[in-house]
Amino acid sequence: MDLQIALLLGQDGIVNGAIYGLMALALVLVFSVTRVIFIPQGELVAFGALSMAALGAGHVPATLWLLVALAAMALAVEGWRWKRGVTVEWKATLVWTVLFPVAALAMVLGLRPASLVTQALATLLLVTPLGPLLYRLAYRPLANATVLMLLIVSVALHGVLMGLGLLFFGAEGSRTPAFSDARFDLGGMAITGQSVVVVGVALALVVLMFLFFERSIVGKALRATAMNRVGARLMGIPTDLSGDLSFALAALIGAVAGLLIAPITTIYYDTGFLIGLKGFVAAIVGGLASYPIALAGALLVGQLEAFSSFWASAFKEVLVFTLIIPVLWWRSLHSRHVEDEE
Amino acid sequence: MTRRHLTLFFVVALALAWPLLPEFTATMFSYIALYALVAVGLVMLTGVGGMTSFGQAAFVAIGAYATAWVCTSPAATAALDGVLPPGLVPWLGLALGLVLTFAIAWGLGAITLKLSGHYLPLCTIAWGLGLYYLFGNLQFLGGQTGITGVPALSVAGFSLASPRALGPVIWAVLLLALWALHNLLDSREGRAIRALKSGRVMAESMGVDTAHYRIKVFVLAALLAAISGWLYAHMQRFVNPTPFNLNIGIEYLFMAVVGGAGHLWGAVLGATLITLVKEKLQDILPGLLGASGNFELIVFGLLMVLVLQRFADGLWPTLARFAGRFLRPAAPRAPKAAATLPVRTLAAPGALLLETARVTKRFGGLVANDAISMTLAAGEVHALIGPNGAGKSTFFNMISGVDDPTEGEVRLLGEPMNGQPSRAYAARGMGRTFQHVRLLGQRSVLENVALGAHRRARSGWIASMLRLDRAEEAALLAEARRQIERCGLNAHADAAAASLALGQQRIVEIARALAGQPAVLLLDEPAAGLRHLEKQALATLLAQLRAEGLGILVVEHDMEFVMNLADRITVLEFGSVIAEGTPDEVQRNPRVLDAYLGGSDGDAREAAHPAPVVRPEAAAGLGLDPLAQGAGVSP
Repeated sequence: MDLQIALLLGQDGIVNGAIYGLMALALVLVFSVTRVIFIPQGELVAFGALSMAALGAGHVPATLWLLVALAAMALAVEGWRWKRGVTVEWKATLVWTVLFPVAALAMVLGLRPASLVTQALATLLLVTPLGPLLYRLAYRPLANATVLMLLIVSVALHGVLMGLGLLFFGAEGSRTPAFSDARFDLGGMAITGQSVVVVGVALALVVLMFLFFERSIVGKALRATAMNRVGARLMGIPTDLSGDLSFALAALIGAVAGLLIAPITTIYYDTGFLIGLKGFVAAIVGGLASYPIALAGALLVGQLEAFSSFWASAFKEVLVFTLIIPVLWWRSLHSRHVEDEE
Repeated sequence: MTRRHLTLFFVVALALAWPLLPEFTATMFSYIALYALVAVGLVMLTGVGGMTSFGQAAFVAIGAYATAWVCTSPAATAALDGVLPPGLVPWLGLALGLVLTFAIAWGLGAITLKLSGHYLPLCTIAWGLGLYYLFGNLQFLGGQTGITGVPALSVAGFSLASPRALGPVIWAVLLLALWALHNLLDSREGRAIRALKSGRVMAESMGVDTAHYRIKVFVLAALLAAISGWLYAHMQRFVNPTPFNLNIGIEYLFMAVVGGAGHLWGAVLGATLITLVKEKLQDILPGLLGASGNFELIVFGLLMVLVLQRFADGLWPTLARFAGRFLRPAAPRAPKAAATLPVRTLAAPGALLLETARVTKRFGGLVANDAISMTLAAGEVHALIGPNGAGKSTFFNMISGVDDPTEGEVRLLGEPMNGQPSRAYAARGMGRTFQHVRLLGQRSVLENVALGAHRRARSGWIASMLRLDRAEEAALLAEARRQIERCGLNAHADAAAASLALGQQRIVEIARALAGQPAVLLLDEPAAGLRHLEKQALATLLAQLRAEGLGILVVEHDMEFVMNLADRITVLEFGSVIAEGTPDEVQRNPRVLDAYLGGSDGDAREAAHPAPVVRPEAAAGLGLDPLAQGAGVSP
């Protein structure tokens, strides 16, 4: 291996690592606020990428019908809860079940987006509300269940979404046009505009999230919920809405990641799952709790993947997934007493 | 007809009908048994042990690939030629599969055992995916094409080539596994496994090495999967990576959860349902959806979410309730002659049992315990009191191995205990109860109490599976009954623990602690939730235990109870000891009155802390207000 190749692989690793970092960010966010280990995060990436591809090809992505169906179900569930005398947050409910789906319908069917930017916006509009809707339908009825039960639900939901992905988009993969065709030359190393876009957008999202959690009152409320659910509720923070919001952010991040990665690599209905899992490996480096360590873990996963694809390309996935074993071993060195389950 | 008869009837009916089944149905039933063998391992993991695995298909793969490689690879055949007759080679394959599975499962378990419960399943996802890619890329295992030409099993010259011949063997293995697991769960070891699920702190306090048990359960489930894989390879006669991918691993979990993850037969029910439904769905769905693919995963996933939301325990309990209307309960079997349990010789009255030297615990900047020194002697009741937030619970954690002091030393029966786990405290003679009751709600009071005597028996897993532990088990249950009777709960011995009132559940915890025959008893608010007469009975029981030579440390808010019972009292406030002495001394101590009733005349302490809030119930309980005597209820 010469320096040229090493730089190229390193660049690849950084670009992939940025995507995994976004995944890890979303996973840590959802887990700390709702205790849900959100395995379907990766499916949202695939949905984002493949919806974008469908829009680009002039089709109406089936994601739209999934959104409408989930919205109708969620609305029906809320109506039923209301009839039984449960207090329902109608404002939030209507935002997710009516406002977003109607906006997505109008955008996709009415406007028929033709430019890359409007198509990307339409994709975000399609995928983001899936997060809170899935949360309300699948997880919220089990809000008091153990982490283990919620994890099993996540895996079941992953199966459903992957099956739907195959049904919606078929077994063939898609690629979308790059957001930037520019090429730079940096000290003899060719850098594509798209990889700059990926790293730039990922960095911007990380900074935005940081500002959101540190500066805004809503972000602080989310952090409070993550630290202590009951305490947050006693302080008047509606914890159900924190669930909505964290899932919406996770879905938004998933869709953005899908948009970013689709021009670089061909996305199949099941690619998202692998991307999501690599994000998991990164998140576990940070103990599903620390954002900065998770981001560092994501870069590590990206580099490991890039370099193992050169040294032992057949065993690339094996190497990336078995990285979890030394990571967990390292983490277990730091915990001496048994941890009690909640 | 009892449940046992129904099971026998089911087995006999299957055996009689087997030769008459069409070829296709016989094959299907063989597959059901193969899947059920994996699912029953998941029941042990998920519903019983409170863990789970999405990677069981990978262990099936190891069992299948090990035997396929041993039976077909040129290297292995060359090495075995002349050493082992060909009929025995598959058995070597079984041994290899089991050894590999054992090593890998033990390794994975060991890595995740100290971490929270969700790391193990996450690890199994990664491991399941990794192994799938590995098998697809290893050329000596045939890559994606796999290995063909796996020989059929033959036993004593009788070939088991067709599913009709092999099927009964598979079912026999399954039924044998169910029998052994049923026995295991109905034993001392089974109670320890069930205790894993309800929080590890409790199990550790009963002397159970939870990490060790978790690994063992995980290994057991993996070995069952490997056996299933071995049978699969010799039934299918070829192996490739496809049937071992992560989706199949998830399907195994569906079987266990849909059938009923807490019940061994739930695995059989789940495997049957999922296999039959999958067969139908694969026929119907592609036509319905106009495309081909694994769409049954959509249906299974939705089914799974629905089951978890609506019937969290799966379908088996519903079926069992329905059948229960027509079945007689099984007559209790006459207990075997009980063995004798080891008995601890208690220390002489006055001997020092527990002593702490300047125990300090800091959480960041907060000092929860500040240099607390105290002692507990045999034959005394020592009460620890103080307002809420005084650091009593933290201190209890320090002296029971739940957490480590930042500084200071804890000695139990003369032995320094710093850094030791709770089970080491239990081993040296500490029994305890919890402020928030920690019982296995679904299990009977008797079983809960018998868990307390865990350390007094020795039988291991194999002995329990083969029912060689019955004499010891009878002794454990007899001891548990004795303690239940002593605590006045004999009317409830066979009721589910969760069906008792909260106060009674606290007494069950005391009985459980006593079953371990402790020298030191830690009681965390034992009188909370008890009615007046029950409190008197509890006080009598504790006085009796004191007379027997136990040392009892009790945290309690009911001042009447404490003042009448305790020999010595230590008062904590803001993490440090503010008074120590006999009840009379403590009741007259101005600092204690100050802590409980609020500052009297603006001294320096008041300036240092926010204005103390008057706690009416605590004040009343101190015996200062005659009207409120006996009304001291803990918040």
